[in-house]
Parts: sequence; structure tokens; C-alpha cells
Amino acid sequence: MNFELLTQLIVNGLIVGLLYGVVGMCFVLVYKSTQIVNFAQGEFLLIGAWVCWALLIYLELPFIVGFLLTMAFMAVFGVMLQMIVLRPMIGEPIISVIMVTIGLSIFFQALMKWIFGVSAQSFPKVFETESIQILGLHIETAYLMSTVIALIIMVAFYLFFKHSKYGLAMRATAFDQQIAQSLGISVKQVFAMSWGIAATVSATAGVVIAMVSGVSNSLSIIGIKVFPAVILGGLDSIIGAIVGGLIIGVLENVAEFFDSQYLHVGNMYDIAPFYVLLIILWFKPYGLFGTKDIERI
Amino acid sequence: MSQAATKLQTASPILTVNNIEVVYDEVIQVLRGVSLDVPEGEVVTLLGPNGAGKSTTLKAISGLLKTENGEVTKGDITFLGERIDSKNAEDVVRSGLFQVMEGRRIIEDMTSLENLKLGAYTRKDSQINQDIEMVYHYFPRLKERTGLAGYLSGGEQQMLAIGRALMARPKMICLDEPSMGLSPLLVKEVFGIIKKINQDQGITMLLVEQNANYALRAANYGYIMESGKVVLDGTQEQLLNNEDVKEFYLGGGNEERKSFKGLKSYKRRKRWL
Ligand SMILES: Nc1ncnc2c1ncn2[C@@H]1O[C@H](COP(=O)(O)OP(=O)(O)OP(=O)(O)O)[C@@H](O)[C@H]1O
Ligand SMILES: [Mg+2]
Repeated sequence: MNFELLTQLIVNGLIVGLLYGVVGMCFVLVYKSTQIVNFAQGEFLLIGAWVCWALLIYLELPFIVGFLLTMAFMAVFGVMLQMIVLRPMIGEPIISVIMVTIGLSIFFQALMKWIFGVSAQSFPKVFETESIQILGLHIETAYLMSTVIALIIMVAFYLFFKHSKYGLAMRATAFDQQIAQSLGISVKQVFAMSWGIAATVSATAGVVIAMVSGVSNSLSIIGIKVFPAVILGGLDSIIGAIVGGLIIGVLENVAEFFDSQYLHVGNMYDIAPFYVLLIILWFKPYGLFGTKDIERI
Repeated sequence: MSQAATKLQTASPILTVNNIEVVYDEVIQVLRGVSLDVPEGEVVTLLGPNGAGKSTTLKAISGLLKTENGEVTKGDITFLGERIDSKNAEDVVRSGLFQVMEGRRIIEDMTSLENLKLGAYTRKDSQINQDIEMVYHYFPRLKERTGLAGYLSGGEQQMLAIGRALMARPKMICLDEPSMGLSPLLVKEVFGIIKKINQDQGITMLLVEQNANYALRAANYGYIMESGKVVLDGTQEQLLNNEDVKEFYLGGGNEERKSFKGLKSYKRRKRWL
């Protein structure tokens, strides 16, 4: 057995898994505070990556400026999306709202293809050195940055929900909207805020991934990949999303390893997480960390 | 005329509910012309049996009715000289009126401290930490309970709900059945603190209760509701000495007459006429 390759793949899996965790957290955030299963989550990554790419290529902005502008744009974008498209859907059946998010997903994919074309584009080089050696493992500098960013986002989430007034208000709204309103919290504002945060943070993940593998429509597939992750963790648990993300990240890489070494089925990387999804739903329909009363669609 | 009654007439109302009708789901009429005045700085109680419409009245005042597909279809509600019947719940809180809902409704998956902090959500000043100490002064037990609020006892949860209301620094608090599910001893304690808060802080209280015994001891004035209407009102003294109140709400008496409805003398004209 090729242990060196296996270790390398596991480390890659953990790094990618952290990003799945970040995207999964956004998914859970929207689900918890608005009860909407957002099928357009992956498009946040895609739009963020394209916007950042355009700012860097066309306006030739320094990376950090382009990155911050992208985040600001996505915050506004997420809030507007909630206010214009989803707010009128409040009170409609869950299935209708989900159809709307599926529609949004298709719409934004098409829109991005229309604006930026169908071919993948690579990001301008951000780091001088491509990869560094840590304990004998090759780690791409962008991956290292992605890990640092993912960890920063997770700590920021923790601090926000534990200590900030708005974070507490969002948790209160997730617990019971009527209680939140009785405390003077505007539920509409909380909804808009959670979409704004989800769009911004997902876009960050989108940019990070695009820096390694380029921008193309396939970025939005991450939105689908986090499904097994969040369902594994339990649709309504932020910690669960992170654990689920890590598990899925490692799992797809390990599956790839065994496939390339022994099985030769092909495509295990993409498919393995969904086998896991099926098995989980079979044995633990509410995930590892989830609460029981989730409506399944 | 008793002293309390004189005092009541001189104090100007902070809250006026004028002949309101409330309909749920566009068809179910629950309130049929409810009027009441709450004078500034007083404790007023609203009594009545199950289903009389007490909670509905409070939700109409606090704007929470809209979250249950209910609507004030007639009449008006004025708080501090401003119409509030069409305001949404968060604006009513901002105007200084806070409701502690029936069943305490604390956020169980947060700590008591987080619950208290949320009470101050609408505030912008920097005194929030001092006020947390103020709440601990009234309810010392809350300070010791650092775990999740869901694990607090019923009495502690009620204390937390009242403390959370205090954190908003409201001018008026509407309390919906604070005695629900508490032992008589705890009810006494909680009512004592409510009265104390009213006296120390000058916060006006509207106290919805089924437990007339305690409520009428804490309140200066009371209204009695049945089937969506106010059927009787009076000062603490008047109500405590009223034969029918004694019979129906304070225990004792014969069991023949089950409600005020059958009593001609209480089919009184609406108060605002
Ligand atoms: N959200 C709602 N939708 C429809 N009907 C409601 C709703 N809330 C209350 N009602 C009805 O309105 C009537 C009055 O209810 P309300 O809760 O105001 O009574 P209450 O006096 O507070 O009673 P209790 O002492 O049991 O709390 C009841 O018949 C109840 O069934
Ligand atoms: Mg009630």
C-alpha cells in the first residue's frame, strides 16, 4: 500500500473538507434561520469566484482589494436576493420556496455562462511559490491559505453567534420566531442578514477553490457536494456541518485512493459521498448532530 | 370612594384599549369590544377563565397578534399617546411596551445570560451590564444557574422571563399568567417581586391571571373578562369584596351560577359610553 500517497490524500481531504464545512455552515445558517433549503448555495461560490476573477483581470486590482470588494458585493447580493426574491415567498409552502431556490440555481448558472462564457479561466497567480513542504507533505500555498481562511471563518462564526447581539438575535429567531419578535427582533432583518452572510462566506470559499483549480461552472457542484456533508452532520447543526464536511472531504479522497490502487471503477471521488448520504439517511435520518423534527422533502 | 379609586382617576392612562374586536384567521371572532385603561405606574390585572380572550387582548396590544394571523378589526389601542394597534411587534417593543408571553417562552438552547442580553436587543446605550446586575439583584438564583435556560425549573424560567423583560428597560410590562404551573409558594414570591419592581422602577404592569387571589393582591385595579368581553371592573377593594368575584374567582360559594353571563346585573353597558 502506498502510504505516502494515502497520507497526502487524507491531508488534501481535510483541507477540502474544511471548505465543505464552511459552505455547509452557510447552508445550515440559512436553513436554521429561514427554514429554506437553499439549492442555489453552489452558485454563491460560482458568482463570487467570477466577480473576483473579473475584478482581478479586467480592473487589474491587487488580490486583496479584489477579494474584499467581492465580499462586499456578495453581502449586498445575498441581502437583495432575500429581499426581492425570497421575502415575498414567506408563508408559502416549503416545497414552493425550494422550487424557487432550484430556479435561482439554474438561472445564475446560465447567467454566469452568458456573461463569462463556458470555458474555465485560471486565476492570476497570487503567491510566488506554488507549494510548500510541511512534514514531508506537499501543500499548495493556496490550500494553506484556504485552511487559514476556513479556520478564521469558523472562529468568526463562533464569536458572532456566541457574543454579538445580531448573532444572538439570529439564534433566537432560529429557535422561535414569535419569541424573537416579542423581544423586538426584526425577523425580516435576520432573514436578510443570514442570506447576506451565507452569500459572502460561500463566495470566499469559491474564490479560494478557484485560485487552485480555476473558475468554471463546475464550482457550483460544491453546493451539491455539501449536501452529504450537512445531512451527515444533521441539517440544523453548525458543528455538524463542519464535522460532516471534514468526513466527506477525507472520504472522497480515500475512495479515490482505493479506486485508483485496487478497484478501478473510476469516478469514486465524485460518487462516494452520495453512497454515504444514502447509508446515513437509511440508519440515521436526522444526521449525527441533528434534531428530530426536520421536515424531509 | 376608596383611596385607590381616587388615585386611579387622577393618574393618566399610559395604555388605553378602546373597544377592540379581534378576529383570527379572518373568521374567528374572539374579542367583541374590549376596553381597558392602565394608569401610569400602576399594576392592573386582567382576570378571566380559560378561553376568555385574555392572551388575545395582550397580543393585540403587543402586536404579536399578527404572528398568529390575528387582526384588530375594530377599535384602537393607544400607548403613551400614540396609536399602536397597527404597529408590528418589534416597533411596540421599541416604543417601551414589553410582553412576557404565556408559558414564559424563554430560549431554551441559550444560557440565562444570553436570554437576558437578548432582552436588551432594542437598546443602544451602554448600561446593559449594570442592568444584568439589577436583574440578578431581584432574582439572585439566576446568577447561579449558568447552564442552558432549558434546564431551569419552571419558577426560574418565569424569573428569567421577567428579568429579560426588565432588560428592555420598558415603561410597561404585560405579563401573561406568570403563576402558571408554579407552586403556591413560588407564586407568592414571584408576585412579590413583580410588585417590588413596580414600586422601585415605576414600571407599569398589566397582569393577566386566572389566579385572582394573588393577582388582586398585587394589583390596584382589575378587569374581569368572559367570552371576549369585559364583564366587570373595579378597584382591588371593590373586586375583593364583590360577592360574585368571591364566588367565582376567589373560591367558595355555591356552584349553581357558573359565570357572569347569566347575571343580568353584569350585562352592564360598555364603559366608554
Ligand atoms: N392563534 C389563534 N387562532 C385561532 N383562534 C385562537 C388563536 N389563539 C386563541 N384563539 C381562540 O381565542 C379564544 C381566546 O383565547 P385566549 O388565548 O385569548 O384565551 P385566554 O383568556 O388567554 O385563555 P387561557 O386562560 O386559557 O390562556 C379561544 O377560544 C381560542 O381558541
Ligand atoms: Mg391565555
